[in-house]
Amino acid sequence: MKTICLYFEIHQIVHLKRYRFFDIGTDHYYYDDYANETSISNIANNSYIPALTTLLDMVNESAGQFKVAFSISGVGLEQLEQYAPAVVELLKKLADTGCCEFLAEPYSHGLASLSENAAENFRDETMRMCDKIQELFGQRPKVFRNSSLIYDDEIGAKVADMGFKGVLTEGAKHIMGWKSPHYLYHCCLNPDLKILLRDYKLSDDISLRFSDTSWESYPLMADTYMDWIATLPEQDQIVNIFMELCALGIYQPLDSHILDFLKALPSCAKQRGVTFSTPSEIIDSHESVAPLEVPYPMSWVDEERDISCWQGNVMQREAFDKLYSVCDLIRVTPDRHVKQDWDYLQASNNFRFMTTKNNSVGMNRGIYESPYDAFTNYMNILGDFMNRVHRSLPAGMDIEELNAFQTTIQNQDKKIQALEKQIQRMKASATPKAPKAPKEAKPKKAAAKKESK
Amino acid sequence: MDVLMFGWEFPPHILGGLGTASYGLTRGLAKQPDMNITFCLPKPWGDEDQSFMKIVGMNTVPVVYKDADAGYIKQRHPWMDPQDYYDFRNHIYADFRYMNTDDLGCIGFSGRYPDNLQEEINNYSIVAGVVARTRKFDIIHSHDWLTYPAGIHAKQVSGKPLVIHVHATDFDRSRGNVNPVVYAIEKNGMDYADHIMCVSELTRQTVINKYHQDPRKVSTMHNAVEPLPQEIADIVPQKKPDEKVVTFLGRITMQKGPEYFVEAAALVLRRTRNIRFCMAGSGDMMNAMIRLAAERGIADRFHFPGFMKGRQVYECLKASDVYIMPSVSEPFGISPLEAMQCEVPTIISKQSGCAEILDKCIKTDYWDINAMADAIYSICTNPSLYEYLKVEGKKEVDAITWDKVGERILNRYKQVLGW
Repeated sequence: MKTICLYFEIHQIVHLKRYRFFDIGTDHYYYDDYANETSISNIANNSYIPALTTLLDMVNESAGQFKVAFSISGVGLEQLEQYAPAVVELLKKLADTGCCEFLAEPYSHGLASLSENAAENFRDETMRMCDKIQELFGQRPKVFRNSSLIYDDEIGAKVADMGFKGVLTEGAKHIMGWKSPHYLYHCCLNPDLKILLRDYKLSDDISLRFSDTSWESYPLMADTYMDWIATLPEQDQIVNIFMELCALGIYQPLDSHILDFLKALPSCAKQRGVTFSTPSEIIDSHESVAPLEVPYPMSWVDEERDISCWQGNVMQREAFDKLYSVCDLIRVTPDRHVKQDWDYLQASNNFRFMTTKNNSVGMNRGIYESPYDAFTNYMNILGDFMNRVHRSLPAGMDIEELNAFQTTIQNQDKKIQALEKQIQRMKASATPKAPKAPKEAKPKKAAAKKESK
Repeated sequence: MDVLMFGWEFPPHILGGLGTASYGLTRGLAKQPDMNITFCLPKPWGDEDQSFMKIVGMNTVPVVYKDADAGYIKQRHPWMDPQDYYDFRNHIYADFRYMNTDDLGCIGFSGRYPDNLQEEINNYSIVAGVVARTRKFDIIHSHDWLTYPAGIHAKQVSGKPLVIHVHATDFDRSRGNVNPVVYAIEKNGMDYADHIMCVSELTRQTVINKYHQDPRKVSTMHNAVEPLPQEIADIVPQKKPDEKVVTFLGRITMQKGPEYFVEAAALVLRRTRNIRFCMAGSGDMMNAMIRLAAERGIADRFHFPGFMKGRQVYECLKASDVYIMPSVSEPFGISPLEAMQCEVPTIISKQSGCAEILDKCIKTDYWDINAMADAIYSICTNPSLYEYLKVEGKKEVDAITWDKVGERILNRYKQVLGW
């Protein structure tokens, strides 16, 4: 029996304002409130509210058959709470139905997972996101999706360490090769982490091509679409359809009847014996078929499906390196405003504005006229921000001192590990006749070790 | 295809961008198959590059019949074939004895932009009548308004189509206060032309809107650059490690927007001191700019090295970290392309024609001194942006060649001729 996993991303950035270099040191507010409010209310009114209302209706009408998953960036959630609380209310109602799963993602929608020295920040902000989801929607995420579905083996290992049982990513052709995204896979560095792969053809049919009149399948009807899924090979069990929520209403305008299409999906699925599942259900009910090796990061962005739209040119790399050069300081600063700005500045969109790649779809750079403009503005802000970070550190604490502390902490970890091994060895040698007991003790200790990290 | 071209300037004796553009364009066109170009100049010096086309000096074309033997002609005009002189002499079409001619029956030209420019333009057109009657050609190509009357004359004599090339209009030169005499000549040329080529879309719009031309006969033909000669490419940049140099290079006149550069410099220097500004060139606004720099209190960091030419220009460019062209109205503007060839990151105004074909440079409005200052500061403080613009800018500009322009011009000719 085939099952569809439908997942939507909800994320909006905090728009940066025009910030000249002579503002450095005098102006510490980096955001364009007007742009934030107008863009959020526009998206809420034309996309989020109608789409979520429709999804809620679908859940209620289908009596538990239709299921859906969301991930919300913390930055986006803050903005929704401030400018469009109705969206949050709708999400709460969806959460109450029990047919809706919330996934975790980095709070900032940033690229901390790609930085070598920001591993702790990546973990912190993901945990913060989980806390916020739990507080608002009453469920703790068990499945993770990274910003823009960025994934590679190392990220997989980090995510597994955080205790997640699954991760969502792109079924990129250059990674998959002959493999099909219609199966469950697992991370090659940690078999406990299952991987759900996006079917980009079926996803983009809705999010990218639905209202394209020059597309050969236009107009797309729900039964045709469901026929495509139902006629997939017998062994293909899982169809992962992932997209941004604003695909419904913004990329594909409401007058293209995208919501009517969506609404017809559950009944068409039922006729063909296709079900809907949340990511957790799929992970629990399916077996992984193989490990998936992803040596280089992939994402769901652009034709290349890699990270070149955020790190493709030298400007993007410099901005990225500068930003994450202060990540250790952020963790010790007591200044809440600095921490908040850190979230907003990390958002991957800020880097995307600086891309110099030619894009067939076209690119909305917001207030920026060119990649250079975006870079200049961002670096000006970053210049001011980094000064503030340094000033906000507790008196008497300088960076060298901090580095010394960090080495001490790292050394402590190593020492504890060495000592634990010694204890295990001693225990093993002390009770050679009862080998079961130490074996059980081992994983517990390993788990305790992880927590203590 | 035989082309009769009328021009006013030609390297190495140039006074502005027109000569450089005429040269590159002709060279690119000459590379096309089966192309014979006759280029008419008011006063060639004899050291022009004639390898790819034939130059006719208008000051060697007789308009009054004089007896002269071949030896004497050879002595007077060493680079001219006496047979050409006789051919021209056989096609004198009216009695011009009232005119001031020399002993060979030719009219003298200064080849510059003298006070009696009107008279020179008129004489040029008279001589063009002789040339058009003598030579065989398929199409006429006139560069800039000075040669439009000659083009019209040649068209009327031969019945061949006229293409005019608008390198600038009087609206660019005067910020809107046009000289009615110049406007009349320009408008007349455009009215008679079968096709109008403009150096940018910006100019094309001016031609359509201000000269009321049919958009269908106006096309855009962007300029290009010649690759740097080896001896220029070999110049080693003289750079100071702890100081950045921002350079403006051009005539210091209203059209080039120098005051915006000074104001932007003042903004930059409010925050940082390790940047120097250099305004090379001369012009009627130079003294006003020196005064303005002093008023803003930045004269210690703002320098006026004066007019530069040839190798000096490239030495100055190569020593710079940023090149800026804040022109208020620039039909094309070839200097940013030269700066990019020298691997200098470039800031140009959106009101420049070259902004239409350049991507790897920063574009701002000419009046937006804040954006300009921000861009200068950003290039000087962020090595990655500097590096990107330097490397990618060079790549981009190296791909803009006259050969491609020549090919496009040829296609346009064929279209005009209905071939």
